[in-house]
Amino acid sequence: MSRLKLLLPLLLFVVLALVFWQVLKREGYDPQYLPSALIDRPVPAFELQALADAGTLLSNADLPSQPFLLNVWATWCISCRVEHPYLNKLARAGVPVVGLNYKDDRDKAVKWLDDLGNPYRFNLFDMDGRLGLDLGVYGAPETYLVDGDGVVRLKHVGVVNDEVWRDKLAPAYQRLQESSQ
Amino acid sequence: MRMILMLCLLVLAGPLQAVIDAYSFDSEAQRERYQTMIDELRCPKCQNQNLAGSNAPIAQDLRRQLHRLIEEGQSDAEIREFMVDRYGNFILYRPPVDKNTVVLWLLPLLLLAAGLLVAVRLRRGRGQAGQAGVLTAAEKIRIEELLERYRRS
Repeated sequence: MSRLKLLLPLLLFVVLALVFWQVLKREGYDPQYLPSALIDRPVPAFELQALADAGTLLSNADLPSQPFLLNVWATWCISCRVEHPYLNKLARAGVPVVGLNYKDDRDKAVKWLDDLGNPYRFNLFDMDGRLGLDLGVYGAPETYLVDGDGVVRLKHVGVVNDEVWRDKLAPAYQRLQESSQ
Repeated sequence: MRMILMLCLLVLAGPLQAVIDAYSFDSEAQRERYQTMIDELRCPKCQNQNLAGSNAPIAQDLRRQLHRLIEEGQSDAEIREFMVDRYGNFILYRPPVDKNTVVLWLLPLLLLAAGLLVAVRLRRGRGQAGQAGVLTAAEKIRIEELLERYRRS
């Protein structure tokens, strides 16, 4: 009996190790994952300059009245450059994409779009990150799927690529499209 | 003596190592609230740092926003709500008790109770061991026999 007691710490260790291991190997486990507080809530109210023209003020009323992607990007964000060609591809395929140029330099951002192509219907110029903060942005790129009524339905943090689009965004996007028709 | 004092100061300087933003406040109370909040709010980008300890751009933005909210005269509860609306409970180092966090809140109490139980049991066990040291009459006779046999051999 006392021998068994000696083994108790080891036993405890094995049990804990097994529990932690199970958690770690769980499908889709990501310690960086931060559930968005904005899901199923409207896009926060904003009034921002258009990236292309400082004289144009854009607000929630200017958002598309059909499901669209709201993509947060900046020229200082390296992953955004990786993501950009895929956004071009999505835009060519007819998916409406609205850009939120986040804490960026206007001239650099305009040049970026000239050089790499412009997948965006229009771009909001959020220089001090006010809307970004209201959206709960904590790193670019981030992409929000918004429905025709301006309600956020899904959020993806990180690069949107073929896999993310196919497995995560496209199914939700199609569902929204069907229900809006 | 001076050396010891210096060493103490050096050791104590560790926790003070934090970012310095030059924010001005109307009152000392506001500054204290700001300080408490940046200690208790978590940086969304960096997993295990509070706003006070992080220099990530998002932490800077949140500190600026916090300063603005305090200046506007919002209460601590309102500010917490503002942050949770945007970043979820993730941002609170002191999350509310709900079904996701109940384990977090109760586990320390449970562990304490378990520890106390073990401690009590150990004490009681030791008490009994002391009693076991007193020999019964039969055992005394047996020992005498064994000693006798040893002396003879």
